Amino acid sequence: MLKIHSVETMGALDGPGLRIIFFLQGCPLRCLYCHNPDTWQLEKGTIFPDEEIVGKALRYKPYFKNNGGVTFSGGEPLLQAQELVGILKTLKDNGLHTAIDTSGYFNISDTIMVELLQYTDLVILDIKHENAELYKQITGHSIDKYLHLKEILINKAQSKIWLKHVVVPGLTDNPQHIKDLEKEVRTFPLERVEKFELLPYHTLGKSKYEALGINYSLSDTPEMSIEDIYKLKKLIKLDCLI
Amino acid sequence: MFEQWKDFKKGIWTDKIDVRDFIQKNYTPYLGDDSFLASKSERTVKLFSIVEKLLLEEQKKGIYDIDTSSLSGIDNAEAGYIDKENEIIFGLQSDGPLKRLINPYGGIRMVEGAIESYKLDVPDNLLKEFRKYRKSHNEGVFDAYNDEIKKARAAGLVTGLPDAYGRGRIIGDYRRIPLYGVDFLIKKKIEFLSGMAFPFTEEIIRIREEVSEQIAALGKIKSMAQRYQIDISQPAGSARDAIQFLYFGYLAGVKESNGAAMSLGRTSTFIDIYIQKDISKGILTEIDAQELIDQFVIKLRIIRHLRTPEYDELFAGDPNWITEVLGGMGEDGRTLVSKTSYRFIHTLTNLSASPEPNMTVLWSENLPDNFKRYCAKMSIETSSIQYENDDVMRAAYGDDYGIACCISAMRLGKEMQFFGARCNLGKALLYAINGGVDENDGELIFEGLEPIKAEYLDYDELMSKFRVVMEKVAELYVNTMNIIHFMHDKYAYESAQMALHDEIVGRYMAFGVAGLSIVIDSFSAVRHARVKPIRKNGLAVDFEITGDYPAFGNDIDEVDTIGNEILEFFIGQLRKHPAYRGAKHTLSVLTITSNVVYGKKTGSTPDGRKAGMPFAPGANPMHGRDTNGALASLNSVSKLKYEGVCDDGISNTFTIVPNAIGKLPRHRVDNLSSIMDGYFNQKGHHLNVNVLNREMLLDACDNPDKYPNLPIRVSGYAVKFNKLTKEQQMDVISRTFHEKM
Repeated sequence: MLKIHSVETMGALDGPGLRIIFFLQGCPLRCLYCHNPDTWQLEKGTIFPDEEIVGKALRYKPYFKNNGGVTFSGGEPLLQAQELVGILKTLKDNGLHTAIDTSGYFNISDTIMVELLQYTDLVILDIKHENAELYKQITGHSIDKYLHLKEILINKAQSKIWLKHVVVPGLTDNPQHIKDLEKEVRTFPLERVEKFELLPYHTLGKSKYEALGINYSLSDTPEMSIEDIYKLKKLIKLDCLI
Repeated sequence: MFEQWKDFKKGIWTDKIDVRDFIQKNYTPYLGDDSFLASKSERTVKLFSIVEKLLLEEQKKGIYDIDTSSLSGIDNAEAGYIDKENEIIFGLQSDGPLKRLINPYGGIRMVEGAIESYKLDVPDNLLKEFRKYRKSHNEGVFDAYNDEIKKARAAGLVTGLPDAYGRGRIIGDYRRIPLYGVDFLIKKKIEFLSGMAFPFTEEIIRIREEVSEQIAALGKIKSMAQRYQIDISQPAGSARDAIQFLYFGYLAGVKESNGAAMSLGRTSTFIDIYIQKDISKGILTEIDAQELIDQFVIKLRIIRHLRTPEYDELFAGDPNWITEVLGGMGEDGRTLVSKTSYRFIHTLTNLSASPEPNMTVLWSENLPDNFKRYCAKMSIETSSIQYENDDVMRAAYGDDYGIACCISAMRLGKEMQFFGARCNLGKALLYAINGGVDENDGELIFEGLEPIKAEYLDYDELMSKFRVVMEKVAELYVNTMNIIHFMHDKYAYESAQMALHDEIVGRYMAFGVAGLSIVIDSFSAVRHARVKPIRKNGLAVDFEITGDYPAFGNDIDEVDTIGNEILEFFIGQLRKHPAYRGAKHTLSVLTITSNVVYGKKTGSTPDGRKAGMPFAPGANPMHGRDTNGALASLNSVSKLKYEGVCDDGISNTFTIVPNAIGKLPRHRVDNLSSIMDGYFNQKGHHLNVNVLNREMLLDACDNPDKYPNLPIRVSGYAVKFNKLTKEQQMDVISRTFHEKM
């Protein structure tokens, strides 16, 4: 069983093709720009038994062309990694493409993590920052978990990889950082990295903070303009950059 | 044997009228992509710029011009041209473009209403004479209606019935004129008449009179073409002639009748045979071929009928439903997609996006991938295409069917439909609660029903009372339809369109429902939450809902099956009452834009919808209640049964923002195509596809001049957004846009 925040049956951005996305409840990180603060608390959410999750996913099989399938996002899906392993395996047994959308934060043994990745066709990994200090400043957590997952993903798994990074004005938009980020991306096996994406920060999450009564520290930060993202992209020479 | 047939493969079609056989023996399936398509010719550029100016002027004036020289008819008007030098396909309804005909046969009051509303200058004697010597369909109907029907009609229980205007929904097999020439068609009809033996019963006498009218109509079509110095008595020899002859057939239909929906049929692959022939002979280039199609489509885009503002409120945007079906598969497994299927859709590029003709792609899992991708691409660019399930319809109607209006399938030239608009299920549900009394004015519509008196609604009690109301609605509805179509055959017979049918035709009587999702949700609310009627003077005028309930549109079987339960019961009740002329009862879930008007006339419903608020269009889930994303919503609708229950179609309108179906254009094309594959694979019947931004629509609301051509697909057809009423515009915008962060 999994604790689920919500289900989106028509995802077209979080993995290839059309996807059913399970947004899992609970996340240990407190990213300054998080637009889903309603997924933070593990105590909330709805419990879905494994069979229901698999059954729901299979309902959409007729739509899954071009590697479409199932994505577990969040929240941080690996917070429920132990439970995810069996579900991912069943989905693979049923011929579905699987993906997880993660920051890298997991707290299960390496062996189980390796097994989980065996059943995961695609890992969408959010590089919060390449610099340990800034990683901590943005997420409130150490970079270690990310580095650990990265090591396993590179050395003990075959999953395809999509990398992403959120560009926030005044926080993660300086050109030197973008160049360093490129270096970080280059430490991954590029033949497995299908995509690297710079996501512009948007303010659509703001109202959720107000509703939840949580202080939003970026309340004065403007949205990232597409033009500025375009300029930053020019600094990067990677084929996988989209 | 005609000289014009010498290049064609022979078959049964050469001896008896069988257009399908001709197509099957002679067409070339096309599996390639869109790279062969040509842009518009110089002549088309010139012609279209004139037409665009006229359309702009029409938009300002409401009605551009009206023909007051005579009443409508196949051959009553002089020849008309837009720009003779640059036109290659000839023929207008009247002697000038956008000139509306006065057609009082369906209902003279509609004509008088239009003249008054638009302050048109019409000579007095024209309608006076008509009133003096003739009777219209509408008058006949009201002679036969009883009080119960009149009350149900006034209350909005049954609405939009074709009792005051032309019924439409008849598709002439216009291909017969180019293939056979008019003389051959007349000859066959004469043979039929002389082959009929005694006894001449009432029905036989009627058939004899109708076939004679058809023969007369064919003669008039011929003389109408003659006004343009074109002889259509013999088969067409060239591609240009084929399109021209075919168009004259269609034109005769819209000169004679002003039906709500006047489909074109399934012409593109038929035409393609002639184009292929001319291209292979070296007498036609691709640019010429596209020019023919572009100019044909320009003609279709300027078909007009005289309507009242009230009619527009129901069916906004001056629609004609000139529906052309494209693609699909043949029974032998070959695709019916031809190069001309592409050329037809390509007019949306050459002549900008447009609601008419109503392009309807027959989707099959087995359609060529290139064609699927081209359609998806064009949908994303223009929001002007609708899709219907060919695999489901081919099983029921073969591989030479057309679509009347939005979703109604029928075998071309062999079947016709008695159009029946729809009844308001939301209101019927309230009658179940209020004992047959209308919630708005307290008028008693159905006698002998007990209102529900319990403090909270109970599922079983509500369902059993709802069934009783449906029984009564069905009886009233069938009898009303029988009157309407008896009178329509009598006073406004479509002789031109019926002339392009076999003499003995199959008939459907097409019933419809509106408000299905409201009723499903009401039952789910009663089952899962507590629903308390708020009564005023003994009538439930509002409902207090405590607790949540799962709504239609979230792919929850337990909820979605309520829909089938209701539809199956209702069609069963309709079938209990014999339909006029032995027609087969069919049912559709379709509203067009009337979901707004039906909502306006209906009190608060137990699902939480407030009085006067719009219904969802067609079979769509209610706005904002499908919270699990678009595919869950599609799955719910796909569960409604087509075959044997809703054989007249189930309409679903799907509106999505471009970013939600993919980041890059090629992803969007792939994903939209996958959406269609998935939906139709699960037997979904119809899908209107809009790819639009909400912000753009809001902007178009405030600045209509910025978007003169913005089409949007609403239940079963497309309409220019700025031709919708303000209310309809807001309805479209507030409706579920599938967008995801």
